[in-house]
Amino acid sequence: MKEIKRFILFFISELKPKGRLLTPFNIITTPIILLGIALIIYRFTNGLGAISEGGSQDFPWGLLIGFNVVTGVALAGGGYIIPFIVYVLGLKKYRPMVRSAILTALLGYIFYAFAVLLDLGRPWHIFNPIIGNSFGISSILFIFVWVLVLYITCLFAEFLPAITEWLGNERFRKFAKKLVVGAVIFAITLSTISQAGVGALFLLAPTKLHPLWYSNITIFFFISSIFSGLSVVIIIDSISHKVFKDQAYNFGELIIGLGKAACLTMFVYLSLKLIDIAHSRHWQYFQSPMGHLYLVELIGFILFPMVMFTEGVRRKVMGLIKLAAFITVIGVILNRLNVTMIAFKWYLPHHFPGWMECVISLTIILIQIWAFRWIVNRMPILREHKWENE
Amino acid sequence: MNRREFLKTGAIGLGGLVGIKGKAYPCETKEFYGMLVDTTLCIGCRSCEKACSEVNHLPAPNLGDDKPRQTSIDAFTVVNKFKIDNQEIFVKKQCMHCNQPACASACLVKAMFKTKEGPVIWRGNKCLGCRYCMIACPFDIPKFEYNSLNPKIRKCEFCFERLKKGEKPGCVDACPMEALIFGTRRELIEIAKERIYKNPDKYVHHIYGEREAGGCGWLYLASVPFEKLGFPENVGETPYPEYTKEFLYSVALIFLLWPSFLIGLHKALKKEDEGD
Repeated sequence: MKEIKRFILFFISELKPKGRLLTPFNIITTPIILLGIALIIYRFTNGLGAISEGGSQDFPWGLLIGFNVVTGVALAGGGYIIPFIVYVLGLKKYRPMVRSAILTALLGYIFYAFAVLLDLGRPWHIFNPIIGNSFGISSILFIFVWVLVLYITCLFAEFLPAITEWLGNERFRKFAKKLVVGAVIFAITLSTISQAGVGALFLLAPTKLHPLWYSNITIFFFISSIFSGLSVVIIIDSISHKVFKDQAYNFGELIIGLGKAACLTMFVYLSLKLIDIAHSRHWQYFQSPMGHLYLVELIGFILFPMVMFTEGVRRKVMGLIKLAAFITVIGVILNRLNVTMIAFKWYLPHHFPGWMECVISLTIILIQIWAFRWIVNRMPILREHKWENE
Repeated sequence: MNRREFLKTGAIGLGGLVGIKGKAYPCETKEFYGMLVDTTLCIGCRSCEKACSEVNHLPAPNLGDDKPRQTSIDAFTVVNKFKIDNQEIFVKKQCMHCNQPACASACLVKAMFKTKEGPVIWRGNKCLGCRYCMIACPFDIPKFEYNSLNPKIRKCEFCFERLKKGEKPGCVDACPMEALIFGTRRELIEIAKERIYKNPDKYVHHIYGEREAGGCGWLYLASVPFEKLGFPENVGETPYPEYTKEFLYSVALIFLLWPSFLIGLHKALKKEDEGD
């Protein structure tokens, strides 16, 4: 009892904001979040149609699924790549970035689940695929939901050491440490399925998704999640350097290794894309607008950042690597939005998602950033901790 | 009540208790039911639309309007007019009730469900409202009530409730031209083939729905190629569950291979590390 009381008091004391309140970031994001929360209430009192102009009978999935879930999953790829490098390959020098990568993925996946909840028409049946007698085992979405639940659990287990250090409980910490490697291995397995599975959702739309994006979508989704995850880790590093000046461990030259790995996977991706185009005889599409968009994706957002990565790694220019990572992430976002929205039913006129949908989508991301900041300011994520004896 | 009757009642009662249907559906069959639409006979009176709305308690259709339409949350079937070579052709559109429906294989809670009688129905007590069925359906049939707080997926359910009572679907009873024929799929394909055989110049030699998307419950005959009548031409003949089969198998494979591979890698590299 005493322990619980102590924990609650500690938790309440930790809830108080640390640092300055009136930062430009807070001033800009607070009204957006408040508006977003109001719109979420509006959505639950007036139905899904009230907020989603993009979501219609022709385009059932709007921004919440297309951007927050499908794109978000790809951006959380770092949550399995970095633990793979550190715990499986045993490259210990990358240890400083493992916790922020895990935290990004953990928060990411929790908030995708939240976005899905907002997007469901009948959310009170949310537990039907998890418990009960309605298992649609032949459905990819069913697999995806289970993987999502298990993966969040695994990421939480991977993150547990940081929580125990924050609470200052040494016995609990020793127990949590023992879970990590097992959780990492299970999590990598689940992540492979979830990354490919997001693409596999569209396997059932062979006539609706443009052939250029449809062909071998699961493999390309998986490979792109690798360089997307690596690039996001590079970007988070460069941002947190500025934001969390007091505690950020200097990743320094570590990002060269990540840039190298990203560049290599992008090379594999591009080569496979070319083989895929040649093999499925898709050259004809390059005369159409969708074909041009595809070329923009491949040349502007794969080949171009690949060259930048190569130069940055060769000459050890951090700025160039960071810029390349940024362009890569934009390219991944473009690719996922193409699959979910632009190249989906490309033969029909498209509408831009309504402003309310955009605000809600942005709100989810902003709350996620706030949660990230709250945790980084309290737990040993970026600052130096006892990773030597892990 | 004699002994035999007593046993019979007892058995039915017991069956009811353990959830076995004491009484079979009057329409019980080992084959899927279907419908044959002969578009050459349809005069576009849209009686079927009216009957459908009545049976399903939907707002009455505006019969004066003959713009091309899609099915919607309050019109489970629509008849569209196509003008081809100065000839007016009317095509009824509704759920095709596929043999292996894309919507049902997409549904993660089996809310979209292929009954053993043939109709593909929606079960509200399971549905999450994720709208994946709408992504999957190659005919774009399921429609979602966006402006409802208790939204339903709406589409033609082949009047499953009527079928269970031994009645035919609402639309077929209303058709004055016998452009709609209700029956088992096998019978209907025979009738359709016979019509093509006897009138080779009248019909295109293709029964739409016989093989499309792995076969549909609704079959169509027409005098002009189907792509001119608004039918999706690129649906193909592959049953939709086939598209995801490979991935579903590989999920099991990844679950078996990945952890053992990763553990092996982890162990192997760890030893090397310690050797240093």
